[in-house]
Amino acid sequence: MTETTDTAGPGIAASIAAAHKDVPGGLLPALHGIQDAQGYVPPDAVPLVAEQFNLSRAEVHGVVSYYHHFRSAPAGRLLVQVCRAEACKAMGADALLQHAEQRLGCGVHGTSADGQYSLEPVFCLGLCASSPSIAINDEVHARITPALFDEIVEEARQAS
Amino acid sequence: MTTTVYVPRDSAALAVGADRVARQIAAEALARNLPVRIVRNGSRGLFWLETLVEVQTPQGRVAYGPVVRADVPGLFDADFLGGGAHALNLGLTEEIAYLKKQERLTFARMGVTDPVSVADYEAHEGFAGLRRALALAPADIVQQVLDSGLRGRGGAAFPAGIKWKTVLAAQARQEYIVCNADEGDSGTFSDRMTMEGDPLMLVEGMAIAGIATGATEGYIYVRSEYPHAIATLNEAIGNAEQAGFLGDDILGSGRSFRLIVRKAAGAYVCGEETALLESLEGRRGIVRAKPPLPALQGLFGQPTVINNVITLASVPLILARGADFYKHYGVGRSRGTLPFQLAGNIRHGGLVEKAFGLTLRELLYDFGGGSASGRPIKAVQVGGPLGAYVPESQWDLPLDYEAYAAVGAVVGHGGIVVHDDTADMSQLARYAMEFCAIESCGKCTPCRIGSTRGVEVIDKITSNQNRPQQVILLRDLCDTMLHGSLCAMGGMTPYPVLSAINHYPEDFGIEAPDRAAA
Repeated sequence: MTETTDTAGPGIAASIAAAHKDVPGGLLPALHGIQDAQGYVPPDAVPLVAEQFNLSRAEVHGVVSYYHHFRSAPAGRLLVQVCRAEACKAMGADALLQHAEQRLGCGVHGTSADGQYSLEPVFCLGLCASSPSIAINDEVHARITPALFDEIVEEARQAS
Repeated sequence: MTTTVYVPRDSAALAVGADRVARQIAAEALARNLPVRIVRNGSRGLFWLETLVEVQTPQGRVAYGPVVRADVPGLFDADFLGGGAHALNLGLTEEIAYLKKQERLTFARMGVTDPVSVADYEAHEGFAGLRRALALAPADIVQQVLDSGLRGRGGAAFPAGIKWKTVLAAQARQEYIVCNADEGDSGTFSDRMTMEGDPLMLVEGMAIAGIATGATEGYIYVRSEYPHAIATLNEAIGNAEQAGFLGDDILGSGRSFRLIVRKAAGAYVCGEETALLESLEGRRGIVRAKPPLPALQGLFGQPTVINNVITLASVPLILARGADFYKHYGVGRSRGTLPFQLAGNIRHGGLVEKAFGLTLRELLYDFGGGSASGRPIKAVQVGGPLGAYVPESQWDLPLDYEAYAAVGAVVGHGGIVVHDDTADMSQLARYAMEFCAIESCGKCTPCRIGSTRGVEVIDKITSNQNRPQQVILLRDLCDTMLHGSLCAMGGMTPYPVLSAINHYPEDFGIEAPDRAAA
């Protein structure tokens, strides 16, 4: 499915891994580097990383799949994170998440059919006194109402 | 004459449009040919007033808020650069009651200075603690921290000086200082504010810890959900290095200390210190059994001090002003201050730094102004997602570690999440179990399996399937998790669950608690 984007991928992944292999505990920084460069950690990068770090593929896969932050498939152009933690729940986060599913046309952990949006839950953006909060591609927004959600998503879509 | 205008760069200000406000002020000043210098300060922590714009006047800093972009032309028309009258004028910032009533020791510079400016930091007592530490023997620095009574602000409240002492006494080729900045608890944001609003204070605290224990390397493990904090920290570290407060031969003392920021990857359990170490070493963040203690065998097997952000950030002042100054604040064995974080359904949410010993009721009403919805407050979760729900009957207890422990609650990191009377406590209890199931590292059975079974049992209770038996089963399950889990993840998940069922039984469809409060 991602053949075209991945032709350059393995080379990038291998060079990022090589740059981190002598850093103490460098596996996470390497995986962050790959995800920052490619938007996700492609499954075919796993053996290349494993080779650089002298680990088994299972060990690297285990790390990638353990952490919520790492993705094994590309996200939509806009990654929309809705906080589900208690402080946001106290201010209507559950209803906001339902609204987000409808507006974006995808469920939680899903990507919309047009590849525009991915929706992820997040447990705390540290904006608990200004809840509920969301983040779109790392940009944070607070005191979100459904109407404001639509406005911000539309603005981000036009800017992206 | 150029007027200095402050527009916060804290995430909570950015999240309500602070960047737009700053750009609009710059554009408007240019159009009106008024010379303005915009400083991007940290937040004062009065979040309902963000974006809080301050103007430097001869009388002091005058605050305007909450400002949105559209307000800016009107502010200029009202001569806000001269402190002019306007509907958003809040008077002198320091005189705002919410701020004035606080005891800001650790957060004294918060929102006052440019977070990444070494000169600004030094002009506000910054690096005085490090300078003092450089003149002391390591054991004397550790003694200061011990005497101050400082306990870990991450939740476990272990005396910081004892950890330091253990690492100082350990013989090894390399020691480390690790800052646990994996602040994942809902309702907490004081670490984020510190890293974004006064990062040099953390840098200084870690450098002091390094000098005190002989560690020459430090790691700050920061949540991936905090990109602004990571960027600000890196900027501050670069500036501190350049000014000679970090790196080789700090201020010509012959001591070295290097700091590295590591980005986490979204696993809540990595806030547990041994899971954090595993993650720093490049593995899945799975909890280690203790012993060995990290102070003896920590990062890369070497002696390691692991402290939370606020713990380390409290150290510079202790060194600068002395242990007695700090110890003077607080009650019982809870010494000093805690930055309490008022969050959730609260009218005036924000950061309140006070000495231990004030009550939840004071925080909720004197500072918070009651619920945001205007409805009665029903339950308050103190100490994060693994903290107990505190009912109104306990709102007059003094906030100190021992008094809370005595009623089965925790002060934790000082996070306070308010729920109004529309909250369904059975659903919040279910959520606590669900959260544990999602975030469990999986190493121990009580946490891994118990949390999933917990969700199922609560569902049976709320749908009235063998309710009396299921309530007994839930209590047994909680007992197993409390006593059988390897770390606080499984070990504390029963706190919100049991407190919900004990104090709000009607939400579970049962009449009265069949046991004393957990």
